[in-house]
Amino acid sequence: MIERTPILNAITHVIMLIGVVVAVLPIAVVFIASTHDFRTVNMVPMPLWPGDQFFENYARVWEKADFGAKMINSLIVAVGVTAGKIVIAALSAFAIVYFKYRLRMVFFWLIFITLMLPLEVRIVPTYAVVADTLSPFRTILDFLGLPLFVPEVNLLNTYTGLILPLVATATGTFLYRQFFLTIPDELAEAAKMDGAGPIRFFLEVLIPLSKTNMAALATIMFVYAWNQYLWPLLVVTDQDMATATMQLKKIVPGPLFGQPPIWNEAMAATLLVMIPPLLVVIFMQGYFVRGLVNTDK
Amino acid sequence: MADIVIRNVRKSYGKTEVVHGVDLTFEAASFVVILGPSGCGKSTLLRMIAGLEEISSGEIAIAGRVVNKLEPRERGCAMVFQNYALYPHMSVAENIGYALKVAGVPKAERRARVEATATTVGLGDYLDRKPAQLSGGQRQRVAMARAIVREPKVFLFDEPLSNLDAKLRVQMRHEIRRLHQRLGTTSVFVTHDQIEAMTLADTLVVMNQGRVEQVGRPSEVYARPRTLFVAGFIGSPPMNTVPARITAPGVATTAAGWTIEFEAADFRAPFGTDVLVGIRPEHVRIVAHGGHDLPVEFTEEIGTGRLHHGHLAGVPFVVHEEAGPGEARPARLSVQLPASHVHLFDPETGLRLDAAPTGTATRALSAA
Repeated sequence: MIERTPILNAITHVIMLIGVVVAVLPIAVVFIASTHDFRTVNMVPMPLWPGDQFFENYARVWEKADFGAKMINSLIVAVGVTAGKIVIAALSAFAIVYFKYRLRMVFFWLIFITLMLPLEVRIVPTYAVVADTLSPFRTILDFLGLPLFVPEVNLLNTYTGLILPLVATATGTFLYRQFFLTIPDELAEAAKMDGAGPIRFFLEVLIPLSKTNMAALATIMFVYAWNQYLWPLLVVTDQDMATATMQLKKIVPGPLFGQPPIWNEAMAATLLVMIPPLLVVIFMQGYFVRGLVNTDK
Repeated sequence: MADIVIRNVRKSYGKTEVVHGVDLTFEAASFVVILGPSGCGKSTLLRMIAGLEEISSGEIAIAGRVVNKLEPRERGCAMVFQNYALYPHMSVAENIGYALKVAGVPKAERRARVEATATTVGLGDYLDRKPAQLSGGQRQRVAMARAIVREPKVFLFDEPLSNLDAKLRVQMRHEIRRLHQRLGTTSVFVTHDQIEAMTLADTLVVMNQGRVEQVGRPSEVYARPRTLFVAGFIGSPPMNTVPARITAPGVATTAAGWTIEFEAADFRAPFGTDVLVGIRPEHVRIVAHGGHDLPVEFTEEIGTGRLHHGHLAGVPFVVHEEAGPGEARPARLSVQLPASHVHLFDPETGLRLDAAPTGTATRALSAA
């Protein structure tokens, strides 16, 4: 419904402006703090206008945190998790929606229930499995009394170990399921009449149709994976495998008593770490909009 | 050319049976229309032929080969769906050529065949469009081209015209008929529209509640409806059916006192039995005087004539009058019911009281 009431319009604009201020102000403060030198940033009150130390601060913090290498680590992990999630989610939703088999709903609910269990809840067993990946099989074999040798596979300090536990996703599966349910049955039947088997139908009909969906999922999951902090902190002990978010901690003031917080550097590092997910969101936004415009069924 | 033989086919979902043992034979190169109200099992039957539904029991054979266990792609059927079911992300050319692509036809040959087919259905200029950019009629043409290009043994149409507006529907109906005359491919067409059914069919199958009511040429089904259901379903407006009792050889009398003559030799209706007398509105003759007196409640103009609505023996009675000099809104009419157009039905079973059941009638009987 479209209403033409100037007063109401004015009010909604004011509310919107307040919202913008609330959202933007903290970021602005972060940016301003990152452009001053150590002395100015610790003044009370802190100046609310950018200083002249922008390039110095960013260059120094880039060196100090070794962001060159660590950002690449983060990128590998984030891309790996995103790709893994998209593939697994699409495949499991395909299995749940398009195939009739016993216990179908049981499997769906099993996946759906894990939606409520974040990584933090299962972090101890997950760590145990990553530290010795084949241990569950060894336990089963021991229990059955089979004296088979199972080698020890340690995934700590590897990309695989960083990526795999984050890949399983109920959210993505659910998103795909809901999307697949909106696709008319006749499309699957037409594909059947055309002679396309399930794999062909999946690759050539479902996947192209779910592009928008996939862009949305990829964006959310990239940001999620990039922002992971706890899991890399547990799995990585080798400094070379550290991710960008882990480095942030090292920039923020250390634990030594009396050491003053170096806020200008910490803020600069924060902004640097924020840039890649921001770029992904901006870049993917184009796909959302196109997807929304083209929604003629 | 392929014939289709359906032997005692049943379909049930859990404990509910929706198709109760259907026996039908469709000759090669014929155009068969399955007509019935929604929920009569006609689409289910079609989908069983296509292989989209499992056959609960019985057998379907296409070109002499039992297809019960075959995948849809192995049956040689092409299907046109009610909502077209085009792939939204593919262009018209890709939509038409998809089956060929799946079958591994080389690209050059594929393009040639797609273009040739698109031209025959008048889509030559639209090959690069997406389905979303086409009108309903054009989408329907794409769906047909997609079926034609595969050169299938059998065409299956699942109410393909019901999403189109009235004018397009007639146009597409003519195109489907023309297409069948040119290609001669066995076609099975499911619809709930009796005009479509009458105009398209070589063989008309009328279904109701999972059973076959009658099989025959459209004119035959119109002229000799085998059950009350068929009498009411075929023809517009439907046949008048009036309760009456046989009072003399070849004479039935209604509660209102009308004596209606019928061809005594055609019907098995002994003296004193209760019957339903059927006569189509277009067969009732209006006379100046000397006929039965019918009070008219209201009159509808339909261009080719008028429909006069009244009641006879407590049931609605409609008379169709050819366009002419007659009175536009008569208060009463004097009507005669020509004996050669009078049908008799059993009020209990709804079956036509035929003296000698026709071949198609017995076949349908055994199916029921």
